Amino acid sequence: MLKDITLGQYFPGDTVIHRLDPRTKLVMTIVYMVALFTAKDIISYGVVMAGLAAVIVVSNTKLKMLLKGLKPIVIVLAFTGILNILYAPGEHVIAHFWVFTITLEGIKTAILMMLRITMLIMGTSILTYTTSPIALTDGMERLMGPLKKIKVPVHEISMIMSIALRFIPTLIEETDKIMNAQRARGADFDSGNLIQRAKAMLPILVPLFISAFRRADELAIAMESRCYHGGEGRTRMKVLKYKRRDIITFILGIAYLTAVIVLRKIGL
Amino acid sequence: MKSAPGQEKSGQKGMKKLDPILEIVDLTHTYSQGTPFEHVAVYNINLKVYKGEYLAIIGRTGSGKSTLIQHLNGLISPTQGKILLNGQDINESKETLRQTRFKVGLVFQYPEYQLFEETVYDDVAFGPKNMGLDKEEIDRRVRESLEIVGLGQEYYKASPFDLSGGQKRRAAIAGVMAMEPEVLILDEPTAGLDPEGCREIVENIRNYRERTGATIITVTHDMAEAASNADRLCVMGNGKIALLGTPEEVFARADEIEELGLDLPEVTKIMILLKRKGLDVPTEVYKIDDAVSALLKLKGGRNGA
Repeated sequence: MLKDITLGQYFPGDTVIHRLDPRTKLVMTIVYMVALFTAKDIISYGVVMAGLAAVIVVSNTKLKMLLKGLKPIVIVLAFTGILNILYAPGEHVIAHFWVFTITLEGIKTAILMMLRITMLIMGTSILTYTTSPIALTDGMERLMGPLKKIKVPVHEISMIMSIALRFIPTLIEETDKIMNAQRARGADFDSGNLIQRAKAMLPILVPLFISAFRRADELAIAMESRCYHGGEGRTRMKVLKYKRRDIITFILGIAYLTAVIVLRKIGL
Repeated sequence: MKSAPGQEKSGQKGMKKLDPILEIVDLTHTYSQGTPFEHVAVYNINLKVYKGEYLAIIGRTGSGKSTLIQHLNGLISPTQGKILLNGQDINESKETLRQTRFKVGLVFQYPEYQLFEETVYDDVAFGPKNMGLDKEEIDRRVRESLEIVGLGQEYYKASPFDLSGGQKRRAAIAGVMAMEPEVLILDEPTAGLDPEGCREIVENIRNYRERTGATIITVTHDMAEAASNADRLCVMGNGKIALLGTPEEVFARADEIEELGLDLPEVTKIMILLKRKGLDVPTEVYKIDDAVSALLKLKGGRNGA
């Protein structure tokens, strides 16, 4: 049950997308997001979507997995859709009641907005589905490297992130175990009103926090006993290097973004 | 008590009551069915647990023992087959499932990690409270179960997090005992404790059994510990029951046990080695006393000299 959460989970594979340098993938994800928010009308949305579809196919990502990742934001989606339908201004009025006016433009905006959120989640999910957390934080650390000059603790930030990512599955497993143990003592997590349910979480949260702190403590000791002292002078086992496929990807990315910007300029 | 059909001789030593309290019928459990991660954890298990007996389930990591016991109080439901408690299917309805949770107490591995209340007393009272008992009954049960595990009044108001490792473990076990389950299942209750802590836990379990006449099931990979406490041993391998019987019956099949990657008790190992050297000794012995008397007998009447 809890193990079914897929948001931010890595699925190992051996496609071009998997093999790309994490920095390339990070930058491309940002390019994709900029393109997505630049897109204005149906045709430019189509171009953005085509790019997404191509990456989905090449990376061999299962559509089922992507849709599963959308589950947590279904409410946000519905909310966006309804608000846009009810409030977006427009000329072609379809229905009018109380203070609301539903217009053709409103419906269109609603659909495009929902599409935008869906595509945003899907695109960023592909990044985490095809990139191992370690590669991801490694890439971030390198990309943020210049910030070290202005005393941003880049290495520490990326270390914190990789540790956090590393412990998500562990904590989920732990939660499952504790829940089962409390269930065995007759705890009931699925019934009662909101307050009762919130109270029922206490027997899970307290042990979970305690074990999280214990783990953090143990990890800190383990790291210190292996003489960890931060990023200064630290070498890597796998040094990131741009390859030809990364350069090609960058060129494609620039073309992609340019196309969307041009389409926006001419109002499509 | 309803007498269940098919009461075969179980080979228990000195057990009078032969009513099965738990029956596992054709149990199969498959994890993540229908996905690439599909994995059969237990396959076609049939087992009767008798009222008042002490059964030890033994197996290596991944042999399916933890999956098996989580079925017994309905934490996971069977892919195939069923679990009968006093003749009734526990997965029949939500209510039977709820009742089962209270009748079959399950102590997980490292139970001290589930402690959460501010005081030991409150933590032990969590189970009985969930049962909906009245205040006096809860109080009686908490006091009794804490007494069983040897935590006196001075610990009632202590924070469970201030206790020592062994005490925490015992407080957590008391939390399950306080529900007064008819069947108490413990998953590796002595894991990670020093010999003194182990001895205390074993003592507590025996104590509970004597007081309540409850059925005990423990899961372990330690043959010696299982053999010295249990009436019957159930050895699991690859999701199936490999051997089932009294310790003598099981240890008589030493080769199979070693094939399953389990260790025989030291005493048994010595006896097997002696037999290989040509001495005519029994090899199903697992207690030091028995081994000594067998060896003395071999010496021929010179015992006591």
